[in-house]
Amino acid sequence: MMKKTDICTIENSKITVNEQVIFESQAEFFSEFAKEAYKSLALNYPKFHKMDNLSKLAFLASEMILKDEDHSKTAIVLANRSSSLDTDFKYQESINSQDNFFPSPAVFVYTLPNICVGEISIRHKMQTENAFFVLDEFDEKFLNDYSEQILQSGKAEKVLCGWVELYQESYKAFVYLLTN
Amino acid sequence: MRKEVYITDYNCVTPLGFDVASNWNDLLQGKSGVTKHKVIENQDAFYASIIDSGKLEEEFNRFFDSAQKSKIRRLANDNTNFTRLEKMFLLSLKPLVERHNITDETAFILSTTKGNISLLKNQATLPEGVYLSSLAQKIADFFGFKTKPIVVSNACVSGIMAIAVAKNMIQAGRYKDAFVVAGDEISEFVISGFNSFQAIGSEPCKPYDKNRSGINIGEATAAGFITSHCEERSEAISNEKFSFKILGDSAINDANHISGPSRTGDGLYASIKNAMTEANVSAEQINFISAHGTATIYNDEMEAIAFNRMELQNVPLNSMKGFYGHCLGASGLLESIISMESALHNNLISSKNFEEMGVSQPLNILKENQPAIIKYILKTASGFGGCNAAIVLEKC
Repeated sequence: MMKKTDICTIENSKITVNEQVIFESQAEFFSEFAKEAYKSLALNYPKFHKMDNLSKLAFLASEMILKDEDHSKTAIVLANRSSSLDTDFKYQESINSQDNFFPSPAVFVYTLPNICVGEISIRHKMQTENAFFVLDEFDEKFLNDYSEQILQSGKAEKVLCGWVELYQESYKAFVYLLTN
Repeated sequence: MRKEVYITDYNCVTPLGFDVASNWNDLLQGKSGVTKHKVIENQDAFYASIIDSGKLEEEFNRFFDSAQKSKIRRLANDNTNFTRLEKMFLLSLKPLVERHNITDETAFILSTTKGNISLLKNQATLPEGVYLSSLAQKIADFFGFKTKPIVVSNACVSGIMAIAVAKNMIQAGRYKDAFVVAGDEISEFVISGFNSFQAIGSEPCKPYDKNRSGINIGEATAAGFITSHCEERSEAISNEKFSFKILGDSAINDANHISGPSRTGDGLYASIKNAMTEANVSAEQINFISAHGTATIYNDEMEAIAFNRMELQNVPLNSMKGFYGHCLGASGLLESIISMESALHNNLISSKNFEEMGVSQPLNILKENQPAIIKYILKTASGFGGCNAAIVLEKC
């Protein structure tokens, strides 16, 4: 039987871990909130500032759960609704007009939803199984079933699993750790 | 004992043709879908593998008219407004839906990186069609799928993962069978992005070759039917002509860089190792590798290192990118299908445009088509975000 431990929720400028509020801010915008959270939680990972907002959201949630423990056998299975549309939209604006055509590789690279999984993997040196799904709503049973197959096959011992949804100022993360 | 899962049918829509047979014939003759095109106004023409829109339209209209009269009419809702990519998806799925039943326990899995991203141009708000789940639902509704669609979006390994996800979810007991479809279309969005990375080659791409100049982008859709009830010889597979068992799969991250391949090939090496371990197949048993081979120096070199670490350097290998370009989310499934065709025809296809070794480690790259008995296939891919994937297939 899989066990669900260490649940992190991020919404409305508030980070909750196992029902305990870890950080809260009055920030109106996500980017402002993310910056304040980074500082207040003393995360000390300068690459954070280069990430797009979806990656920042996924990164903050995973930091709360993964901490400094060994995760060389922890898989990552994440999902959301809006894929990378937040950054897609920004990138599209940079190529809409031929007179103002300035595609940036630094923005383009974030126009894939699984980049946030890459960011988490790099941070915790997780050379492990990973998958990103796009679903019209959070389907915990589906994600858990998929994670269970990874655990049962012996490809991982734990799975960082959950929902990381962000489009402009509308966001929610619900991320947790599954173990056998 | 885990359930055994098989691929028993497939189809594809590419610039070389709208079914597998026409694709196979062109590949045998060395014909490529890569030609020079002008996609973005005021910018130079470049090489890409693009489906002729007129042909697509013609084929789709014929299909749609007959669908109106056939058994899929009951599902084909009256929505006649489809994007170019949606038409490609519908055409690739059509023959499979005609040959296999859709039940309450049938999964629908769609792999794509960018879906209908072209709809975003000059929009102030998001059109519904750019949501990948809406795209998947529209295709699902057309054919009358009963379960919620699953979208896999893992950059350029998405196509392989469609197969892996189907296998895993069938083994989990959640579904009895699955239709998987993978696709991406050429768009200004993607072209401008790869261009900004200066990754797009000025010539037809030359995977693993010393004189390569970068990638060609391509577009395609590919579809497969995956089932666990092969052994029952049920009605659903009575017209089955072949089957390939999905023996093992894995998708391991490099944990190295979000846009550059690992120099050590760690993630790809671990993916292959995991997939082969699960398959219980050794390096000597693998008969053929359908590799990723994008024709960028870093990618090709990384693959060569990973294959050598697995002692797979003597196994015949090709990259399909010289024929189809890099079809992003579609490539893994499309190239798996061509590998299975190779196994069925006992014929390996040459790695197009490869002449002179351009990686530092030995690889057995196919310079010509070559007869071969193929039982075990290894298919690999790698992509942005540091992702890699591998599957092992067995011809039954």
